[in-house]
Amino acid sequence: MSLSVNEGVDVKGLVDKVLEAYPEKSRKRRAKHLNVLEAEAKDCGVKSNIKSIPGVMTIRGCAYAGSKGVVWGPIKDMIHISHGPVGCGYYSWSGRRNYYVGDTGVDSWGTMHFTSDFQEKDIVFGGDKKLHKVIEEINELFPLVNGISIQSECPIGLIGDDIEAVARAKSEELGKPVVPVRCEGFRGVSQSLGHHIANDVIRDWIFEKTEPKEGFVSTPYDVTIIGDYNIGGDAWASRILLEEIGLRVIAQWSGDGTLAELENTPKAKVNLIHCYRSMNYIARHMEEKFGIPWMEYNFFGPSQIAESLRKIAALFDDTIKENAEKVIAKYQPMVDAVIAKFKPRLEGKKVMIYVGGLRPRHVVDAYHDLGMEIVGTGYEFAHNDDYQRTQHYVKEGTLIYDDVTAFELEKFVEVMRPDLVASGIKEKYVFQKMGLPFRQMHSWDYSGPYHGYDGFAIFARDMDLAINNPVWGIMKAPF
Amino acid sequence: MSHPVSQSADKVIDHFTLFRQPEYKELFERKKTEFEYGHSDEEVARVSAWTKTEEYKEKNFAREAVVINPTKACQPIGAMFAAQGFEGTLPFVHGSQGCVAYYRTHLTRHFKEPNSAVSSSMTEDAAVFGGLNNMIDGLANAYALYKPKMIAVMTTCMAEVIGDDLSGFISNAKNKESVPADFPVPFAHTPAFVGSHIVGYDNMIKGVLTHFWGTSENFDTPKNETINLIPGFDGFAVGNNRELKRIAGLFGIQLTILSDVSDNFDTPADGEYRMYDGGTPLEATKEAVHAKATISMQEYCTPQSLQFIKEKGQQVAKYNYPMGVTGTDELLMKLAELSGKPVPAELKLERGRLVDAIADSHTHLHGKRFAVYGDPDFCLGMSKFLMELGAEPVHILSTSGSKKWEKQVQKVLDGSPFGKSGKAYGGKDLWHLRSLLFTDKVDYIIGNSYGKYLERDTKIPLIRLTYPIFDRHHHHRYPTWGYQGALNVLVRILDRIFEDMDANTNIVGETDYSFDLVR
Repeated sequence: MSLSVNEGVDVKGLVDKVLEAYPEKSRKRRAKHLNVLEAEAKDCGVKSNIKSIPGVMTIRGCAYAGSKGVVWGPIKDMIHISHGPVGCGYYSWSGRRNYYVGDTGVDSWGTMHFTSDFQEKDIVFGGDKKLHKVIEEINELFPLVNGISIQSECPIGLIGDDIEAVARAKSEELGKPVVPVRCEGFRGVSQSLGHHIANDVIRDWIFEKTEPKEGFVSTPYDVTIIGDYNIGGDAWASRILLEEIGLRVIAQWSGDGTLAELENTPKAKVNLIHCYRSMNYIARHMEEKFGIPWMEYNFFGPSQIAESLRKIAALFDDTIKENAEKVIAKYQPMVDAVIAKFKPRLEGKKVMIYVGGLRPRHVVDAYHDLGMEIVGTGYEFAHNDDYQRTQHYVKEGTLIYDDVTAFELEKFVEVMRPDLVASGIKEKYVFQKMGLPFRQMHSWDYSGPYHGYDGFAIFARDMDLAINNPVWGIMKAPF
Repeated sequence: MSHPVSQSADKVIDHFTLFRQPEYKELFERKKTEFEYGHSDEEVARVSAWTKTEEYKEKNFAREAVVINPTKACQPIGAMFAAQGFEGTLPFVHGSQGCVAYYRTHLTRHFKEPNSAVSSSMTEDAAVFGGLNNMIDGLANAYALYKPKMIAVMTTCMAEVIGDDLSGFISNAKNKESVPADFPVPFAHTPAFVGSHIVGYDNMIKGVLTHFWGTSENFDTPKNETINLIPGFDGFAVGNNRELKRIAGLFGIQLTILSDVSDNFDTPADGEYRMYDGGTPLEATKEAVHAKATISMQEYCTPQSLQFIKEKGQQVAKYNYPMGVTGTDELLMKLAELSGKPVPAELKLERGRLVDAIADSHTHLHGKRFAVYGDPDFCLGMSKFLMELGAEPVHILSTSGSKKWEKQVQKVLDGSPFGKSGKAYGGKDLWHLRSLLFTDKVDYIIGNSYGKYLERDTKIPLIRLTYPIFDRHHHHRYPTWGYQGALNVLVRILDRIFEDMDANTNIVGETDYSFDLVR
């Protein structure tokens, strides 16, 4: 494969042309978020983590989505109250496919929607009293609940409710953690601040107020999986590999996770971070406070998996290192067969990616493993450090778009005509109607897992079935 | 921990099969016993059984504060839906941006269509200073990029709590030339903490009509022969609105559907993406003030709009998601009355065919007990149709339902011997329904995709007939209204009954004597 992409395409010109449509003030602001990758640009040459412009159809969500939807929601043995009006919890109800094993409604609540359903009187007189009652009722109807989180919606921070006081009182009364999360949707510029706030709440309301479980026996091989939301079972397909090389995964954050796993995490020897964007905060905190080192890894595609397994094993003794080699070797025939089957069908196909805060770089080599090319990529809510981490995955000439607007993405795709667009549900049908194969890369399009060796086979199959489906050939009527 | 590789290139296995392999089952067990510190299997089984008891039901119904699995969304999504049925209209949601991502996602997952709407992306500073600048810049950007014919503005609860004034903000933005002075920017305040999506729908319809019809009292507006129809928030709008247009065509009635999403939410795949398609023409919306009458298909989606229309001197008629034979009869007779035209012979034939189908299948429906949940109007229309089939609506539940609605349902139930076991539950949610289903069993549940958890827990088969339907495809493209729609609904119900029958009689040598070839 060549070292650069989009050769012979005037990508810079395309960017300028697309920007022309904006009123001047917005054009100047948007111009900072769009660029063509040059070799020397350490951060892909774009600005990021900046307020979205009003009226442009950003694809971003909010802090509540980052906390309730991403970080806290998957903790299965706690109940997460969408505190405020009914909508936020309704729209985010069961939408994210963070798989778990449990008896829903009895000892797990992942696919349920709990809300304080604010009415006008709650806005006028405050909702703290109601919140007390909500928590009491939850504890009575769901006695096996191990903890409760309060996920603030916009009005909470605007009307001056003291959810922290309620949380303190209720924690004491119930003898279970009740944690207040100030993730009101108007805070920050995207989901990202919600991740950060949620991380801080785990620090302040779990680590500070609870202890690792009594009787928990540590081993030298204890690790955690941090920042894997178990979409379609991703964390399980990762965990199995870590276990196979001889490590003990004492906690999953937060896909299929439990309160006990959060509490026991400070016992880990090393924290392994998959989604850096959403959980680097807590990893850094644990490094400072407990001296636990952390390491980023990437379990998308065999090249990155092997590299990551070796990097992880290098932190342990020779047995683990040998095991890692054995595991890599064990899966190699399956990987070879997958590549032999799918690469000829996918080689040279061009992909444009637009996802959240990790995958726009993390999935790149999985595509490369299949001989595909990334011609454009960008993030909804990345920060500068994510763009710095993107540089070595993508090639010179790649179109980079930060917080892309629906208008821009549509125009870019229209002109660049990739063979596949890999983005989210809001984008899916736009591009399919344009005749372009599409895969949802937040939810794995109801498939998955995509992590690990088992996941790579599914990833390869899915890209093939999207690109090589006959439907794209019958779009044009013959008359 | 070595195990064979289950995955294979020949037959790739995904989550459905992969996690049932021994290595993953063992992994689950290890995780559970060593790290989760959960409750014992016995304790979980005990509590699980308890949640199914009468005692639990009482506790559950004593709830005053927490709402669990409600059948309602918030106002702005209803307002957005209403706005998207007008020609070239871009909804502009003033407030926090995450809300818009949620509404778009929700509607997209149901209709399997793109859904376009913008946000004014207000953040902390706007919370302090108000969102005027967001409105000014936002309207300018939306107008420049997306070239709409109309921008309909609604609010998230954030903008409502801080008290942003849409009317003033929009005039201000026009003064700043964000959009031309004569560019239509109707608006509706849609606080999420009042009512639900059906109220938001009403507010936006009223907002659009107010914009086009003016606020002055023009009681003496000269009327023409046109009839307006407001469909309400309806997940089957694509099929239903087209069916209504077909029926009006057969009558020869000039029908203006006020907010018609049927084309916008069902655009073709032919290589071109249409951001806007179809919808009620703005000119027709303006002219609709001169219509003779307005029919609302969903009373609870339109109380304020109908009042407003009435004040403009029009006759109004309201229905509750009319389905089935008599539901359709009433609608058609009203159309005949208003238009002075007889019900077309073709529709009479369709009626006969529908009744014929019901007669053919009534043995499988008679006496079957149903739970029905959803929006207030849907529950009413569905229950009526069920009783017409000889089936019994037993639990009728709507989180958006009021005391008035409960009485209305009761009246409908009282009108038929098949309604004697029925009861309406307004303001209750699907966790209440779970208790009802365990303590007073029914044969089938009619609802939406969220009901699949009830089906899993109670093993009572679910029939998806109302918004949102995420996990079945394309049913919204078929009508549920009109005689043709009733036939579709009938077949959906029957299919589920027959599938269930087969599934319950398929054990070889044990139950399969009833595995009849002919049913």
